[in-house]
Amino acid sequence: MSGIPHDHYEPKSNAEKWLHSRLPIVGLLYDTLMIPTPKNLNWMWIWGIVLVFCLVMQIVTGIILVMHYTPHVDLAFASVEHIMRNVNGGWAIRYIHQNGASLFFIAVYLHIFRGLYYGSYKAPREVTWIVGMLIYLLMMGTAFMGYVLPWGQMSFWGATVITGLFGAIPFVGEAIQTWLLGGPAVDNATLNRFLSLHYLLPFVILGLVIVHVWAFHTTGNNNPTGVDVRRASKKEAEADTLPFWPYFVIKDLFALAVVLVAFFAIVGFMPNYLGHPDNYIEANPMVTPAHIVPEWYFLPFYAILRAFDGEVWVVIAADFLTGGIVDAKFFGVLAMFGAIIVMALVPWLDTSSVRSGRYRPMFKPWFWVFVINFFVLMWAGAMPAEGIYPYIALIGSAYWFAYFLVILPLLGVLEKPTTPPSTIEEDFNAHYGNASVGTGPASAKIPAE
Amino acid sequence: MASIQLAPFGGSLTRETLSVSHAEDQSSTRRDFLYYATGGVGAVVTGAAVWPLVNQMNPSADVQAASTMRVDVSGVQEGTQLTVLFLGKPVFIRRRTQDEIEAARAVDMNDLVDTDSRNPNIAAGSDAHDENRSLTTPEGENTGEWLVMQGVCTHLGCVPLGDGAGEFGGWFCPCHGSHYDTAGRIRKGPAPENLHIPNASFVDDSTILLG
Repeated sequence: MSGIPHDHYEPKSNAEKWLHSRLPIVGLLYDTLMIPTPKNLNWMWIWGIVLVFCLVMQIVTGIILVMHYTPHVDLAFASVEHIMRNVNGGWAIRYIHQNGASLFFIAVYLHIFRGLYYGSYKAPREVTWIVGMLIYLLMMGTAFMGYVLPWGQMSFWGATVITGLFGAIPFVGEAIQTWLLGGPAVDNATLNRFLSLHYLLPFVILGLVIVHVWAFHTTGNNNPTGVDVRRASKKEAEADTLPFWPYFVIKDLFALAVVLVAFFAIVGFMPNYLGHPDNYIEANPMVTPAHIVPEWYFLPFYAILRAFDGEVWVVIAADFLTGGIVDAKFFGVLAMFGAIIVMALVPWLDTSSVRSGRYRPMFKPWFWVFVINFFVLMWAGAMPAEGIYPYIALIGSAYWFAYFLVILPLLGVLEKPTTPPSTIEEDFNAHYGNASVGTGPASAKIPAE
Repeated sequence: MASIQLAPFGGSLTRETLSVSHAEDQSSTRRDFLYYATGGVGAVVTGAAVWPLVNQMNPSADVQAASTMRVDVSGVQEGTQLTVLFLGKPVFIRRRTQDEIEAARAVDMNDLVDTDSRNPNIAAGSDAHDENRSLTTPEGENTGEWLVMQGVCTHLGCVPLGDGAGEFGGWFCPCHGSHYDTAGRIRKGPAPENLHIPNASFVDDSTILLG
């Protein structure tokens, strides 16, 4: 699969040869599992496995929940309580599914920030990045529709606000919104289609995950130095890499076990900590909760949506220049989706020739401000839209766009990066000692120590 | 064999690949025609097959049928509001006090964010004067006593709080802080438009017909 030279699968027994000449599936799995992986990967490279685990966990628990759930406005809320009280172990399965969404997003944000810091999005991994962003978008859509299904107050009003975003599109917005909802307001038709799509999209995500893995197996993994694996000979490649199995599988499973300890502590002891109490009140189209907040993982983008009201000069300018087509409402929607689009375009916005942030002295502080800003936006998104909070959200939103559209393009020109190590092996030895120098596969030595 | 190419766009067909043909140019034109005709029919058939799959998501017949409603307003006292659910959304029916009416009628048009009446019961494009917002009474007078509006914030669709809420004594949307005055006109906050007015009229002394 990858361009890194390594040993491929050789069928040995007659049965293996028989199958291999008809369907080389064992070879495909073998080459995928034995992919040469840079041996200096640090603990930020575990989130991919955590994410795959989350996807499988959500699909399995979700299929179970659908066996007991009723997608009807009169029965949905009660059927969720039925799962919680009557179904054998139903409470645990629902709490795992509900908190599983949060684990999924914690992992995906760490995974994305890892990519942003170590320049994993840069050539030749742009396609991996774009596919990853598509997965992230689908995750958001899936999580949003899943949150509607319990038919609580936050479900209903969250759905009203988010589908209202489409109503902000000039000219055709209202027709699109009606089409999405299946009526003039969120109602039974909406609930039914959201269940259908909430069930479908995870399998689309599964397909894209395979494409994502395929893409970075073609280019090879990035690593903390951003330096490419040497490919001139198998010997050089083996000095830079270790096979994925067993070295990284065991490491990732250990990390997954640690993550799951924290996860099940939350599921067991504080399962509703990340939820909102209003969602235990049945949906009521006549009463809006005093304070509609989305789930925590949407808050930064919710803050960006709300930041641009009619008193911000760029909004006034946009309104004037487009003859009123881009009003404050539509501007907020554009800003929210734009925030994700600029992130998706980062492979072409970052002009630096050095991949890893480790060797970019000026990049580092801007990056960490970006991370802190993400949490500031998350906090501002959870606050009511009054007083100082919209201003904080506005400053945070401005930094988000400035980071991608101004800072990253300029840093590549202004910054003088330090020199990365010439090989991955050199970086590895600097960190972990010189145990394996010069004797081909490092794998032969390390386990013996 | 190796020299035969699939070249659907006639222009790239070479003499060599057409060696079976006796009239090269005509054959090429005919192929072009068949190619585009097949493609065109294919596109139409695909569209015809996909459209029902898209259209099924539009409002179903029963949803469309529930489009009018009669509301008895005999019990609505001055200074109170009746909220009814119409087409899945709340409709506010407020019997305003004299103070509220005066406050609404004293507002200068230049102070408004949205100067459209948003009232489908009168001529399109009428300005947002209070007289253009309130409902004509059963006697045919516009005293301003009755104000009937969609209880849907024009920002992102929340239900605004009533009973004099907000900085302008009318309605206030708790979601993103939009303030509406006593005529339901947007005065402050992110909402772009005045609260919309549904099709409404008095059919007798105490009944309002919605839709």
